[in-house]
Amino acid sequence: MTPNTSGITGSCEAVVQLKNLCKSYFLGHSELPVLRGINLDFNRGEFVSIMGPSGSGKSTLLNLLGCLDRPTDGKYLLGGLDISEMDDDTLSGIRGKQIGFIFQSFNLIPQLNIIENIEVSLYYQQVHKLQRRKRAEELAERVGLGDRLKHRPSELSGGQQQRVAIARALANDPLILLADEPTGNLDSKSGREILDMLDELHSSGKTIIVVTHDLNIASRTQRSIHMLDGRIERQVTNGGRG
Amino acid sequence: MISLTQFTSIVQVSLRSLWLHRMRSILTMLGIIFGVSSVIAMLAIGEGASREAQARIARLGSTNIILKTVKPPQQTATDTTQQSIAIYGLTYDDAERFRVTIPDAQVVVQSKIISHKAYYRNRVLAVELVGTVAWYPELAPVELNRGRFLSTADLHYSEAVCVIDRNVADNLFVIDDPVDTDIKIAGNYYRVVGVVSETRVQSNEDMLETKANSAPDTTSAGGRIYIPITTMKSRFGETSIQFGGSTGMVGEKVELSEITVRVPNIERVLPTRDVLDGILQRFHKQQDYQVVVPLELLREAIRSKRIFSIVLGSIAAISLLVGGIGIMNIMLATVSERTREIGIRRALGAKKQDIVFQFLSETLLLTLTGGLLGMALGAIIPIAVTYFGKMPTVITSEAMLLSFSISAAVGLTFGLYPAVKAANMDPIESLRHE
Repeated sequence: MTPNTSGITGSCEAVVQLKNLCKSYFLGHSELPVLRGINLDFNRGEFVSIMGPSGSGKSTLLNLLGCLDRPTDGKYLLGGLDISEMDDDTLSGIRGKQIGFIFQSFNLIPQLNIIENIEVSLYYQQVHKLQRRKRAEELAERVGLGDRLKHRPSELSGGQQQRVAIARALANDPLILLADEPTGNLDSKSGREILDMLDELHSSGKTIIVVTHDLNIASRTQRSIHMLDGRIERQVTNGGRG
Repeated sequence: MISLTQFTSIVQVSLRSLWLHRMRSILTMLGIIFGVSSVIAMLAIGEGASREAQARIARLGSTNIILKTVKPPQQTATDTTQQSIAIYGLTYDDAERFRVTIPDAQVVVQSKIISHKAYYRNRVLAVELVGTVAWYPELAPVELNRGRFLSTADLHYSEAVCVIDRNVADNLFVIDDPVDTDIKIAGNYYRVVGVVSETRVQSNEDMLETKANSAPDTTSAGGRIYIPITTMKSRFGETSIQFGGSTGMVGEKVELSEITVRVPNIERVLPTRDVLDGILQRFHKQQDYQVVVPLELLREAIRSKRIFSIVLGSIAAISLLVGGIGIMNIMLATVSERTREIGIRRALGAKKQDIVFQFLSETLLLTLTGGLLGMALGAIIPIAVTYFGKMPTVITSEAMLLSFSISAAVGLTFGLYPAVKAANMDPIESLRHE
């Protein structure tokens, strides 16, 4: 029932393959198509941005990429494994193990302290407590919050909170990082810091997919995908670094 | 399914979120605390009352069948002739018939009770004079304190000896040692040979004993004096005269007030009762006797205890139910408050069952803590009831176990729905939730 999710190795060049991916919502009897056949490949180590106006389907695409939802039609291969047919528990496992989420509003759990917030996904992967703690401390150190381990999220600035969220996303060493407007709630200085951090992660070999309205962010990525009405309008390869 | 470390961290997280809403948690717990403590207290009071009743009955002897002389009800109504002598009650012949019919009945005790006054020096005491046999203590709830009980020799020679009970000893003899002194009853002296204490509780007598023999002095007896039944027969005869108000004199002839038959085992009690009843019916034209079977009373007491417990228990259980609904209400509020957290956890790899465990453990922590506090309170209430209300209470481990498992069951039942609801929320919707 539960395929070994750690079997996703990503040995193939394309970490993510979308084949004619469709998603429709059903309101009563009427069908509301949101994604109308997306064909995309993301390569290992790629830094990609997805752009588009509201209602273009980029959030839906992000949800599908994050295994929070299942496509109505088409195929989604993550590291060579077909996600479209998996049951809820398996999808939960894949989310925890292979996907790192970075949200616009940070989404830290308020009653947990920093180290515990970083540990959450490790906890659901049944990582042993001591290992969990060690890994979380390393990550907190890496994002420059090694001295704030026992603080609550509410005691940190927005930029710091987002750094905790990045540490949390990295905890299980996922195949892809999904960032949804990661600087949307931040002042420009903190935003720059976060983007620098994403750049740094990219150069260390992470596959990062960013959904954004911000052209400045998009220009820092290798490739920008512009969406309109549930379709890919165009793809732009930036001269970005890395 | 879940590892021990996961379990401990689930509990830790639950404790923390309960602590975060201390006031709410405590108020929610109160419902369970009062529910559990009232279940325990109710059962303890019920158990105490029934144990007392059972102990009283058991003291009469569960293998005993007690036959009592009762004044026939229609006697005074039909027979208006003055100075007539009413003959009724159990007889020596009855006792003999019992002995012959049921040879293995251990002992047959005959006794006769009349009220009289006992004198010692200048002190007077109204007593019940009981004519009985030497083996009376084997069947009756009396315990020898000093001296000896009546002997077969006393009976054989119709000796003028008596055994007094504690009440008589205390009231008639203030400083003197009662043993080997003489007390005067109805003009005759009797030597005290022993002192007994009655283990029978007074209120029990009201239940079991219909005052069979209404002799001249019907003032409440201050105690009992036992004399050999043979002495009783020769000195008092079987007839007593009562000076009634308008009807003048009413004479009564009663041979025996009470016969106690003990059978070898409990299974024999009810058949023997029927046999004895049959014999009596054949020889007694009127219903001038009463059959008391302590075993039956005991069974009756146990039956009524069960009903009592069920009634009290269900009242208390309803309060637990109300507490449970309160918990469910709070948990539903908590779930909707923490929708976003649920979404985050789901995005970070939590399975539905992880979410279920998370919320269920919170509810269980609430109810089990409430259950434990309720048990403590439930143990205190009966003690207070016993102390202030002078009512016997017995806290049974079953009651403790029952109410604790009920509180756990309440936690599971009322926690499951909110927990499942939380787990089934769409993670995308939950993440968007403000």
